[in-house]
Amino acid sequence: MTDPTRRKLITTGIAAMAGVTGLSAAARIAQRHGLIPPDHGGIYGLGETLNYASQRLLTRHSLAREFSKDQISKIPVANEIAPPTEAFKRLQAGGFADWQLSVSGLVARPASFSLAQLKRYPSRSQITQIACEEGWSYIAEWIGVPLSHVLEIVGVQPQAKYVVYTSIDPNWWDSIDMADALHPQTFLAHGMNGGEIPVGNGGPLRMRVPRQLGYKSVKFITTLTLTDSLKSFGKGLGSASPEGGYAWYAGI
Amino acid sequence: MCFLALLVSGAEIVVSHPRFYWGETGNIHTPTLFKLPIPASRNLVPTGYGYVLPDQNGWSRYLHFQSAWVVVLTGVLYAIYGLITGHFRTNVFPRAYDLSWRTFSTAIAKNLRFERPSEAEAWSYNALQRLTYLFVIFGLFPLVIWTGLAMSPAFVSAVPMAVTSLGGQQSARTIHFFVSLALMSFLLIHVVMVFRAGFWSRMRAMITGTPSERT
Repeated sequence: MTDPTRRKLITTGIAAMAGVTGLSAAARIAQRHGLIPPDHGGIYGLGETLNYASQRLLTRHSLAREFSKDQISKIPVANEIAPPTEAFKRLQAGGFADWQLSVSGLVARPASFSLAQLKRYPSRSQITQIACEEGWSYIAEWIGVPLSHVLEIVGVQPQAKYVVYTSIDPNWWDSIDMADALHPQTFLAHGMNGGEIPVGNGGPLRMRVPRQLGYKSVKFITTLTLTDSLKSFGKGLGSASPEGGYAWYAGI
Repeated sequence: MCFLALLVSGAEIVVSHPRFYWGETGNIHTPTLFKLPIPASRNLVPTGYGYVLPDQNGWSRYLHFQSAWVVVLTGVLYAIYGLITGHFRTNVFPRAYDLSWRTFSTAIAKNLRFERPSEAEAWSYNALQRLTYLFVIFGLFPLVIWTGLAMSPAFVSAVPMAVTSLGGQQSARTIHFFVSLALMSFLLIHVVMVFRAGFWSRMRAMITGTPSERT
């Protein structure tokens, strides 16, 4: 017997099941290819996952736009910074001679680097824009050692998927995937506009991730940790930003 | 719903820096194109107000991008549907006689007299409506998506033209703001017109797809 409502119900049911199966298959494939951000849970998870997955596919190797010297902003904005800690003030009094960057986790040779050591490595420079999530931006020249160079020295193990980086203020930490970590424009920056980085702009050592918004370029970097999972860091959302309500991936 | 979510969250994001610029860069140390006379949700922005609004940017940004995805995906489905069924060709593109000055001025005059559409007119869009919808569907919507993407440092690393053709990232932000205002005005006027045409019969028509017999 042909019952139109029943037929409709059955077709709708089959379509819905196919949809759900399709979605879960898509999710598994995305997971395998590292297209799921750590803050994918919650009501905004779908939007975040679509942002991250689509942009990761589109921008795996693309380079952030670079500018000419005369486009450098006259005053680089020194945005609100966490009040430098006592430890920071002690190091600052010593001209940052004792500043250390320690690298650990999934690496063959855990190591610690002084600023002087980092400056001895071949340095690169880039004139890029730093845009804040609030809407303002400035252009500056950043000088530093590509993060990939330091990672090569310590020997990253193949199962590593993320680099977690921490400021001297332990509440301020973030992470990036290996596509960004090995990207040629991702720097451990120690210089700006031809000189040292002023403290207000993140000196003496700032992570520079030019394909993402300013808040991923964490200031006062002291540790790097290579890991295959972000679950054990903080609340497991990948950085301090989602804990404060902001997206982990900020390529927007 | 999503459009309202985009408006509210977009407004919240603007509140964190209610200053607009032209070109590549803009910040508290550079001259503005214009400023909105409102307090900001960040204390570094000099607004002249002695207080700082609570920061709502985190959830606003999450909501903004999520709603944008829903709107864009729905829009793509609508565009495909419109092209396949010829909806754009028959209902949205102006008919030849719509473009004559006479029909055009009649439509304007009728609007100015606040005349309610007759039974026959309610079935199809008039010249003014057609041109407005055309402008919104193929002008404002693509432009708001484009200027939105032009503000993404990751997207423009792959497609630099998206932002250089607009004159810079801050120009994109400013255009995005004005196009959003235009879309908001369209929505407001649209809703007012629907009310004037008789709210319940129009709503029934929108949902069922045919105008009802009674007006």
